[in-house]
Amino acid sequence: MKYKNKSNLTNKSQLGLIAFRFSKNKLAMVGLAAILLLILMCLTAPLFISYDQVYKQSMANRFITPCAEHPFGTDQYGRDLFARVLYGGRISLLSGLVVVASAMVVGLTLGGAAGYFGGKVDNIIMRFCDIFMAVPRMLLSMAVVSALGQGTFKMLIALAVAEFPNYARTVRASIMTLRNQEYVEAAKCCGTSSARIIFKHLIPNGMGPVIVSATLGLGTTILAIASLGFLGIGVASPTPEWGTILSENRTNIRHFPHLGLVPGIFIAISVMCLNFVGDGLRDALDPRTKN
Amino acid sequence: MLKYVAKRGLMLIPVVIGITLFIYVIMSLAPGDPATLILGPDAPYEAVLAKRAELGLNDPVLMRYVKYMAGVLQGDFGSSWYNGFNVLTEFASRLPNTLTLGLMSMAISVVVGIPLGILAAVRQNSMLDYTTLVLAMLFASIPAFWFGLMAQVIFCLTLGWFPATGAESLKHFVLPALTLCTGSLAAQVRLTRTSMLEVIKLDYVRTARSKGASEQRIIGKHVLRNGMLPVATRIGTSLANIISGAIVTESVFSIPGVASLLINAVKIRDVPVVMGVIVVIAVFVGVVNLLVDLTYALIDPRVKLEG
Repeated sequence: MKYKNKSNLTNKSQLGLIAFRFSKNKLAMVGLAAILLLILMCLTAPLFISYDQVYKQSMANRFITPCAEHPFGTDQYGRDLFARVLYGGRISLLSGLVVVASAMVVGLTLGGAAGYFGGKVDNIIMRFCDIFMAVPRMLLSMAVVSALGQGTFKMLIALAVAEFPNYARTVRASIMTLRNQEYVEAAKCCGTSSARIIFKHLIPNGMGPVIVSATLGLGTTILAIASLGFLGIGVASPTPEWGTILSENRTNIRHFPHLGLVPGIFIAISVMCLNFVGDGLRDALDPRTKN
Repeated sequence: MLKYVAKRGLMLIPVVIGITLFIYVIMSLAPGDPATLILGPDAPYEAVLAKRAELGLNDPVLMRYVKYMAGVLQGDFGSSWYNGFNVLTEFASRLPNTLTLGLMSMAISVVVGIPLGILAAVRQNSMLDYTTLVLAMLFASIPAFWFGLMAQVIFCLTLGWFPATGAESLKHFVLPALTLCTGSLAAQVRLTRTSMLEVIKLDYVRTARSKGASEQRIIGKHVLRNGMLPVATRIGTSLANIISGAIVTESVFSIPGVASLLINAVKIRDVPVVMGVIVVIAVFVGVVNLLVDLTYALIDPRVKLEG
């Protein structure tokens, strides 16, 4: 097997091989394309509809069902749902990215140190992470929100606090398998500092599982943001966020189902696409799982 | 074995102290004076001072924390700042609703999820396998509260099969339990399938096949036993997910459970209530995880618990 694909192996870098395997996975490619399209649409939202439409109320135009002028209809204040969902996507997706990125920075540093040094350092860091994993995520975020008070920024902190132990654990596990490799010993012999070995040599090599869990984590984070928004302790109305939009329209869904369907479908599609991409990445990074 | 149980039990203590201390301290350091928040902005200064003294807010944070934990150890979780109810009594009176909801949805996800996962694995790459996988992916991605809202519109308001809100009878719990189990059901199916597929590839299964054992016997007798091990260990994780999910589900269906107690407390920053709920759930999740690990050692002789 290995020799049959020799030309393939010699021509392509490790990264190229992963990209090649990923591109063979149809579901993952569809997911990637769809999520990129969604991000692009949110970024270029002004091309479709102006930003004032997000907040512009018009009592004459309440509860319009989807039509040419209002593709997704309007809500109880006559605000255009298309504008709210599209501009809301910026908030939902960006918040998700911010949470995952900040959780990753903390998680990689802590997990990297724990995996590299082992022993006491490992024990202390991992017990510290255990503390935050003892309580279900949603509960921990809620507790932090209640302590810090409500607000988008505070909610992001709360979610990142609940998220970082995940990355710490993942990166620790993959670094522990790498830390006795020869190239690490060689780096040590050259007098390379521990921080440099961790960030320059170990983390890039052990990044695979972390990227997978970050992709999947982005999906769950978007769900968590929407849940908090729905409960009324996340992004506060009238700022559009998918969960908040659902919460605003909650009482009117009965008579105007489009008010509930549209934001829900946007959440579901983005989470599902991220799951496809995450699964595809896992298979591409670890060919053994492919059966 | 005993040594291991004792060690794991002891490890729970620093974790609980850590999480409670973290939440207690940030709640205390949060801006805004609780006494003023309770009495309202127009309250006279003397009344605020008296309230502060009553709540014990004049002590340093750490001292308050120690006092609080000393009370918790004696079963005194304090009482709500706003409504004055006893936290533990209120928690206990709401617990049956949450337990019914959680157990029902866990039962559904196990009873439906495991057989579906096994079937999908046995008939790998068949139509059934693909359909199951896609549905599982879909269920894992849709927000539980959205599923609940839509189920409410369809089954309660349009068809009128189930009551939309409340918790009076078991019938009230059908839709909430279905809503809550979507996520864990999807996870259960996927996990069962993957773990079965891993075992099906192993040498000893091929040996059984070459010896002429019937497919039924191979799956039922050889594959299932080893394939179910990872599924068993996941119960702890899925419990945590169910607690997280219960929070939104209870809110959608207006079930007076533990989660709705927490939501209200979070909104008005009722420290004793938030703390009480977190402490009980942290201990509960910790104990369940310990039990799961112990069971794992019992059902898999290869696992050695190190003391």
